[in-house]
Amino acid sequence: MVNEPAGPPAPRGTVVISSVASDAHTWNLVLLQLLLEEMGYHVVNLGPCVPDALLVEECVLRRPTMVVVSSINGHGYTDGLRLAPRLRARPELAATPLVIGGKLDVVEDAAERDRQSAALLEAGFDAVFADAHATDLCRYLRSGDSAGQPSGQSVGRAAPRTVAGAQGTTP
Amino acid sequence: MNGPRRAAVLPGVDFGEFVRGRAAAGTLVVQPRMGFDHPRKMRAGLSATRSAAAVTVGTVTLDSYTRLRDDAALADALARGRPLNGYPIVAHDPAVTAAMLAGLHGPDFPVQVRHGSAVPQDIFEALAALGLNATEGGPVSYCLPYGRTPLEESVRNWTRCVRRFAELREEGAEPHLETFGGCLMGQLCPPGLLVAVSVLEALFFQQHGVRSVSLSYAQQTHAGQDREAVAALRRLCGELLPAGSWHVVVYAYMGLYPVTAHGAHRLLGAAAELAVRSGAERLIVKTVAESRQIPPIEENVAALEFAAAVASRTARDGRSDTEDSETYQEAAALVHAVLGLGPDLGRALVRAFARGYLDVPYCVHPDNRGRTRSRLDGEGRLRWADTGALPLARNGSDRVARGVTSAELHADLHYVRRTFDRVDGERAPLTGGPAPVRAREGLPGGSSKADRTEGL
Ligand code: B12
Repeated sequence: MVNEPAGPPAPRGTVVISSVASDAHTWNLVLLQLLLEEMGYHVVNLGPCVPDALLVEECVLRRPTMVVVSSINGHGYTDGLRLAPRLRARPELAATPLVIGGKLDVVEDAAERDRQSAALLEAGFDAVFADAHATDLCRYLRSGDSAGQPSGQSVGRAAPRTVAGAQGTTP
Repeated sequence: MNGPRRAAVLPGVDFGEFVRGRAAAGTLVVQPRMGFDHPRKMRAGLSATRSAAAVTVGTVTLDSYTRLRDDAALADALARGRPLNGYPIVAHDPAVTAAMLAGLHGPDFPVQVRHGSAVPQDIFEALAALGLNATEGGPVSYCLPYGRTPLEESVRNWTRCVRRFAELREEGAEPHLETFGGCLMGQLCPPGLLVAVSVLEALFFQQHGVRSVSLSYAQQTHAGQDREAVAALRRLCGELLPAGSWHVVVYAYMGLYPVTAHGAHRLLGAAAELAVRSGAERLIVKTVAESRQIPPIEENVAALEFAAAVASRTARDGRSDTEDSETYQEAAALVHAVLGLGPDLGRALVRAFARGYLDVPYCVHPDNRGRTRSRLDGEGRLRWADTGALPLARNGSDRVARGVTSAELHADLHYVRRTFDRVDGERAPLTGGPAPVRAREGLPGGSSKADRTEGL
């Protein structure tokens, strides 16, 4: 299941978009794909319920500029914690920019969210967008921070490299 | 499969009969979409549903790991006490689940298990072992929107499971299956296709021996169009299913839900009105927490009671189920095109998707051709922007198909949320518990103001 538009290589490189292994939601993936394509990226959308091993193999094969993991079913934190070390264990992917976002847990609690975001960074993600907007990703990319350094102008009330926002309002 | 721990079915628990009976007596049956990981909390949720001030049936919704049969992830999450997004019915010892249900599940309070799995063998085994005889799904609707299982494999799995489930009748419990086809993707699937897949899945269930079925239809973006869709669904049921074997269940909106309490209530109120006016027998509610998190028990109870109250103030609108409409024409064309692909419905469904006779907009599953697109028109009706290879005489698209932009898709996905959250006119600020639904606040195209102002 690879949703990949044909066409000449995009000027800004390839982004792999993926869900986590247990998450079936896809509208989030489709919307993120359109946004990134409009920014000039070539997007490979791996779709829902992507097993960790498949995501690793696709990334090794495609050597993306960045990997965007999106999950909203509430298991993103648990699945993400397991996924990141598996990606980082491959030398080819040790330095690949890797971000995760969405509704990552079933518990809604700001302190717990911050703790989880920190744990996901620790596990190997370069940025965590918990309860953030899709457009926060565009801002992050425009800030030239795709290598994962904390960016001064990036939104966020939380710690550097994590973006937490109020869910629901339109960008 | 006839293990020693096998529980006897509870005599007299008949989900379909219960719902049809209450509806015939003039009461809409309301039901939550509820699922908690811990048996104690799940029991508390069922108990609260049962004692809510409404005629209710119970729900046990399963977690994602159980749906996907990811035993390792499930065991790990349970061992580390990580919260799950539903009840892990396969992992829990049957005795634990039996105790969770004891004294609650029964003839006056049938419990339905809802999941979303294209590999449901273990789930059906768990149900059989517990004597649970009502569930939900379908070879298409529990496959395409729910993961990467090939459609052919899902059809194979569902064929086997439905046949197995049908055997419960011999053990004294009439098995009941609800189609999820009327909710495909949750949002932005045109009503004609929703109705068609719901009908096809019900026919599939009956082909494999389950007689008692319900057909879902999820509220979409336009009240008038939804009313037409439920009528189309009832007409097709009347034409294709044995009388007395089916009922219709309306779902409150299954897409991006309003974020405000007043928006959530207005949308749920509109769903309850749709259900009663159109003669649907059952309603699945959503709560004010929907846009944010899995709703706590109290929110579920509040939503059930609010919907029941709106329903009790609403009357069937007297429109005939045999009316002709665009939605009926479209759904009938799709159903008959698929039935024409062969006598085995499972195989016909696989063929239909391969040919693009059925093609769900924005669904990225590899067995979906992905050539159709949907959009909202100026009045909020859900339309085809591109009908791909759907066997529709009249091409539903009225503009040249082209790529959709993220802004357009974002706008269409957020239309219902935006419309219902909007604070306009003289509506009083609504905070806290259930609030009145007012006449002109529904979806555009709803029934006239005159028949809505009373009592609400
Ligand atoms: C539609 C829907 C479904 C459809 C999905 C169809 C499909 N193929 O996509 C169906 C009906 C199949 C479904 C199923 C389930 N769902 Co659902 N679903 C929804 C619903 C109503 C809308 C989701 C949606 O379409 N969003 C559209 C996208 C575009 O918007 P978004 O979700 O806000 O995503 C944006 C942001 O999160 C952000 N974002 C997301 N990822 C990333 C990543 C980065 C890097 C960044 C920067 C931003 C970002 O940008 C996105 C785009 O704008 C939500 C509730 C709601 N929001 O109203 C529940 C909801 C997400 N579902 C939920 C659940 C639990 C499930 C189920 C497990 C069933 C259940 N127990 O209730 C199953 C999933 C099974 C599985 N294996 O995962 C819960 C999740 C709870 C939680 N996280 O705590 C929700 C919140 C409902 C609820 N309140 O209980 N669902």
